[in-house]
This record gives sequence, structure tokens and C-alpha cells, in this order.
Amino acid sequence: MANTAKQDFTTSQGTKFMGISLIIGIPTLLAFAFFFSPADDNMDDAVRLLYIHVPVAIFAYVAFITTALGSIFYLWKKSRWWDTVAHASAEIGVIFCGLTLITGSIWGRPTWNTWWEWGDVRLVTTLVLFIMFLGYLALRQVPASPDLRAKRSSVVGIIAAVNIPIVNRSVEWWENNTLHQQSSLTDGKLENLTLFTLFLGLIIIGISYLWLMTHRFRVGWMATEIESAGIAGIIEERLNEGSSNSGNLNPQRKEDIS
Amino acid sequence: MIRDAWLVAKKDLLIEIRSRIIINQIAPYTLLIIVLFGFALDADTETLRDTGPGLFWVSTLLVAILAVQRSVDIEISDSALDRLLLSGISPASIYIGKTIALYVQLIILEVGLFIVMLVLFDMSVDNYPLIVASTILTTLAISSSGTLYGVIASGVGVRETLLPVLFLPVLAPAVIGATRAYGDAFGRVNADGWAWLGLLSVIAIVYTLIGMLTYGKLLEET
Repeated sequence: MANTAKQDFTTSQGTKFMGISLIIGIPTLLAFAFFFSPADDNMDDAVRLLYIHVPVAIFAYVAFITTALGSIFYLWKKSRWWDTVAHASAEIGVIFCGLTLITGSIWGRPTWNTWWEWGDVRLVTTLVLFIMFLGYLALRQVPASPDLRAKRSSVVGIIAAVNIPIVNRSVEWWENNTLHQQSSLTDGKLENLTLFTLFLGLIIIGISYLWLMTHRFRVGWMATEIESAGIAGIIEERLNEGSSNSGNLNPQRKEDIS
Repeated sequence: MIRDAWLVAKKDLLIEIRSRIIINQIAPYTLLIIVLFGFALDADTETLRDTGPGLFWVSTLLVAILAVQRSVDIEISDSALDRLLLSGISPASIYIGKTIALYVQLIILEVGLFIVMLVLFDMSVDNYPLIVASTILTTLAISSSGTLYGVIASGVGVRETLLPVLFLPVLAPAVIGATRAYGDAFGRVNADGWAWLGLLSVIAIVYTLIGMLTYGKLLEET
């Protein structure tokens, strides 16, 4: 109990620093995205959404890769720590992936003249990735022993992550079947303020991921400890019952039987 | 290992031959799906021909869910799985055996479904080798992942609802590839069907390897 009381909050110096950075950083990013950076020659003002869309898409991938790594290490080391990392990262990844789909859809309306394009392989496979990790989270909600739940979730997390390379490289693999342009970062077309705003977006969304991850991990870890303490407590209670009842039934049981 | 896997596969297939659930219940369900698609798409034969490859693989996936649940039921009823583990057969062999059994059942159902589709949708095949190759690889992807997901969803009380949620999205890339390959083989889409076989091979091999490596860990506490 004392152990739980000692950790009944998820804040630390690190998370406070990240939180303050985000309080300053998010308005700064929005100011650069919507006011300071220029409109694009081809995409016009729609380009401003990409300062959010591209970073959340990248960190959705980061989150899912972290889930896969956490899952692999759980199966290898059998450590609850890794399972909690995988779970926390999957939740944040699903939120980021959802944001990627929503911002991409809003961006696609003026740029491609459609909210959704079924012919775009990257769009469709990102949606599939989103649904896969929704399934992962659904599996985690199913009542089971902590170890069994962790094992099952780990395998599902690894398989879902196998889909990430297919999503990420699909533009290059099936170029004729996509509306997505090639990566703006790697082809060097971005310059000056546009490039700066995009990198600022990456930094801010990256800090957001770390901040959310740290808090969610700590909540998850506390839940695991409470769960373990609960199971240990029940076992201890049963053992005590067993030792006190050896040789004679306790009064309550006797009453029940009579 | 191969001998043990074959024993497990033979056991599952013998149970299916004797119970006839695949023939008496799942095969008619397959036919029903195709007929319902016909109703839903307004009996326009040209539309059915265009969508035929996709309908085939969607039908196969829906049927595969039932086949996977059936494969799990065989092991859960009467604690058959405990006895199988006590027999000393390695988990990888059990996994391969169950995958082979599921594969054979799905191939039989797919052949039936294919013939029905050719007749009802009045379709003609331009490229049989592509049909055969894509069917072999896609069915391997379905059966290898189905066997794995079957054991993941087993014994959780909500298996009927959880299995499709986990299993169907995983196979979406395989269905995209298989549908494109079939579309090319039927001459309905302008795509290089053979190019998609690479993707189907990767999916089939990766799921099989993950299944072989992790099946034992999942069996420990099922």
C-alpha cells in the first residue's frame, strides 16, 4: 500500500519540463503553420495542414514500432515493464493514426477533390493499420490473467507491426496506384520557413508523444501493480483461510453448511 | 517434425471428414454469400464480373472465420489440446499441422466457390497459372494467420466477436494483392497480377514464421 501511495501520481521533473515545452511549443507551431509560413504554389493554403499531418503520421509509426519492440522484448524477457510500454505506445499510436487519417482526409478534399480515395494504397493501408491496432486494444480489454493477456497482445502487436513497412513503402512499391506524392522531406523540395515549420512540427509532436507516453506508461504500471497486489492479496487471504481452517471449519462456513 | 505435423493435420482432417461440418454447413454458407452478393449488386452480370475477384476473396475470408473457429473448437472441446500437448508433439509441429488441415479445407471450399462463381457470374479465365499461384499463396497466408489468431482468441469468452476484429484487418493486404491478381487473371483490371505474388509470398512466409515461433508461448496458458 505504501508502495502504491508513493507512486500515486504520474508527474515528474521530466514531464513538467515537457509539458511546459508543449504549452509554449504548440501555439508557436500553430503561429508558424497558419501565419508565418507561405502558401504552397500547388497546394495553396492546404499545405498548412501538412505541418500537423506529416509529424503525427511519423510518430504514429514510431508508436507502433515501439509497441512491436515492447512486444518482442516482453516475449523474450517476460518483463511486465515491456508489456506496459507496448500497451501505452499502442494507445497513443491509435490516437496519432486517427489524427493522421482525419487531417489527411481534410487535406485531400481541396487537393485531390475527395475526402477519401480508395485507389490510394497508402491511405487504405493506414486505415487497415488503424483498425489492426484497435483490435490490439480490444484484445487488451478482454478479461484474462495478466501474463496470458500480455502474451496474446504481444503476438498481435508484432503481426500488426509487420504491416508498417507495407504502409510506409507502398508508394514506392505501387507508384501507379497512389495519389500520394513522394516524400517531401527526402526529395529536398522544401525550403526555408516551410522546412523550418515542418521540423518544428516534428519536434512538438515528438515531445507530445514522449509526454503522453510517460504519463500513460506510469498509469499502466500503477494499474499493473494494483492488479498484482490484488492477486497476491487474494492468494495470501486464501492461504490464511487454509491455515486457520486446518482441522476445523470456520464459524461462517459452519453456519453456511447448517 | 514434419511427421508430427502431418499426424496433427490428419487428425483434424479425419474429424472434419467424419463430422462433415465443412460440407454440410460451411460450404452451403459459402454458396449463400455469393447468391446474396448477386442480390445486393442488382443482378447486373457485368458488375458481378467486375467485382467477382473481390467478392471471391471476401467470401473466402468470411468462410475462413468459421473454419478457424471450427479448428479451435476441435482442440478446446473435451480438453483435447491438453492431451495433444501431453503427447510430446512440439508446438511448432502442432501449429504446422493445424495450418495444413485448415489450408486443405479452405482450398476445397475455394475450388467449390470458384466453380460456382464462374457459373453464376458467367466469368472466363484468361490466365489459369496466375489463379493457381495466387490462390496457393493467399490461402497459405489465411491459414497460417488463422491458426495463430484462432489460438489467440480461444478461451476468452468473446471469441466469436474478437476473432474477426483481429483476423480480418491482418489479411487486408493479402486480400488487396489477391484481388488484383485475380482481376488480372480474369482480364478485368489493367494490373500486372504476377507482381502482386511477391507481396502475397512475403505475407504468407512472415505469418507462418511468426506462428511457428510464438504458437508454443500462446499454448502454455490457453
